[in-house]
Amino acid sequence: MTTVSVGARPFFGRRATRNPLVIGLLRHALLIGVLIVMLYPVVWMVAASFRPSAEVMNSLGLFSKNYTLDNYKHGWSAGQLNFSRYFLNSIAITALSIVGNLVSCSLTAYAFARLEFPFKRILFGVLLATMLLPYHVTLVPQYILFNELAWMNTYLPLVVPKWLGVEAFFVFLMVQFIRTLPRELDDAARIDGCGHWRTFSRIIMPLALPALGTTALFTFIASWNDFLGPLLYLNRPEQWTVSLGLNSFLDVTGESAYGSLFAMSTLALAPIVGFFLGAQKLLIEGVATTGLK
Amino acid sequence: MKNTRTGREGLTAYLFLSPWLLGIVLLTIGPMLYSAYLAFTSYDLLSAPRWIGLDNFRRMFTADPRYLSSVKVTLLYVGVSVPLLLVVSMILALLLNKGIKFLSGYRALFYLPSLMGASVAIAVLWRQIFGSTGLVNQVLALFGITHGSWVGSPGTALWTIVTLNLWAFGATMIIFLAGLRQVPAELHEAAAVDGAGPIRRFFSVTLPLMTPLIFFNLLLDTIHAFQAFTGAFVVSRGSGGPADSTLFYTLYLYQQGFAELKMGYASAMAWALVVVLGLFTGFLFLTAKRWVYYGDER
Repeated sequence: MTTVSVGARPFFGRRATRNPLVIGLLRHALLIGVLIVMLYPVVWMVAASFRPSAEVMNSLGLFSKNYTLDNYKHGWSAGQLNFSRYFLNSIAITALSIVGNLVSCSLTAYAFARLEFPFKRILFGVLLATMLLPYHVTLVPQYILFNELAWMNTYLPLVVPKWLGVEAFFVFLMVQFIRTLPRELDDAARIDGCGHWRTFSRIIMPLALPALGTTALFTFIASWNDFLGPLLYLNRPEQWTVSLGLNSFLDVTGESAYGSLFAMSTLALAPIVGFFLGAQKLLIEGVATTGLK
Repeated sequence: MKNTRTGREGLTAYLFLSPWLLGIVLLTIGPMLYSAYLAFTSYDLLSAPRWIGLDNFRRMFTADPRYLSSVKVTLLYVGVSVPLLLVVSMILALLLNKGIKFLSGYRALFYLPSLMGASVAIAVLWRQIFGSTGLVNQVLALFGITHGSWVGSPGTALWTIVTLNLWAFGATMIIFLAGLRQVPAELHEAAAVDGAGPIRRFFSVTLPLMTPLIFFNLLLDTIHAFQAFTGAFVVSRGSGGPADSTLFYTLYLYQQGFAELKMGYASAMAWALVVVLGLFTGFLFLTAKRWVYYGDER
């Protein structure tokens, strides 16, 4: 395949008289330039996290003669508790959130996509409206509610909403996906004697795996990155998540221990980047389809 | 018989819906009603809410300069960062559209910051990059330019958070890119035959066809920008400083509600935001008829 064919002329290719090879190269140069500017700070942070603390701040470059793991050793056990605890907490909350979202959102989506019931249109309107609702309007009363229920300093305020399908976006994503599956499948299952539960669990869900995967990944990233939720509900250091651990680290150490801070930041980002590399196709298609359909 | 069947199906449907229904009633609609009530009260969690009528709103607009500056900061942030985000996303989507090698690699790398942008780790990094000895100043020093801390001075702190938001343009770009790939090539060829240059073709062919996605991204990015929190909190250490220059609406709401336990005031603030977002959304949908083009639908 040549760089540019006539039918698929690039935006910047004026006329065939301009050399398409040159234009292609310019395009790549521009894109790579933007990427370098964008990604350099992150790459620099990762590199800095392996440098001795004296070198962390006074170098623009990525390389050092004295790579060390000291920042990781110090950072891991710094702060009020060590990061093993924060990571375990984050993993627990994230895992419970993912399962909750998968269960509640898929049940709801099946009903909206496949079943007929009274007030369906109204309820679907409510679902769409909650997607646009700013979270602040429920933030204060939910806090009061969870406070009354004595759920402060437990994971319940962070996890229970996920089990009750509060994140309408994922329901919507799955409704749109299930609608693309042929109805004949349901009819065939019905003739074979499947009820709705079996149609849902044996036919639709296995086929909806891409949508479930997208939901799981987005929930993972949102829960892992979540800062406000843990900040509001988790006051005891032994319950803190990685986000809270990093934030308090910044308070305790100030600017003096940037090496350790960068080391822990790198570890906090690693799962996100890891999952992304493993499943980028799923994530990118998930984003692309939300806009198109 | 038909009736009993749909009746049974309705029952099954509500069983499937039950977690969501419980959530919508207990965690969304109920709390909304309660916060609508709280907006007219003074409530500190310790003693019962006390009805004070419109006092919260009166205070917001006439007796609380910090509230007004949080509104100003937020509107400035939304007004600058959303258009910037849309323009940058569109330009990069155009650069990636059609016949480019390594498309999936580029797409992935541009998208990655969108996933990290909301994390504390990146906010921590941002604080360093724009600090007095940070990466930005080190680069500027190479050109002989000296500047103090960007996050530490009131004139520039907000712009560092605008950059943080702009950095995560990938999600918006991917939606534009998906749309660009559906623009029929014949239309472009026809316009080219008619003598339209690339700029003309963009404005008369591509852009009209992209309006549904511009509408979608404008709506979502604006709502998203109004709710920005983590970046401002971490960069300013929760203060909204320096000199309230990064006092985002959400940050001030957090301070009022959860640091000072003024739950009534925070609820009033939340509802003021709902009204503003509602008006914005309504306005957008009303004007959509004039500028959003849905191909074959009309």
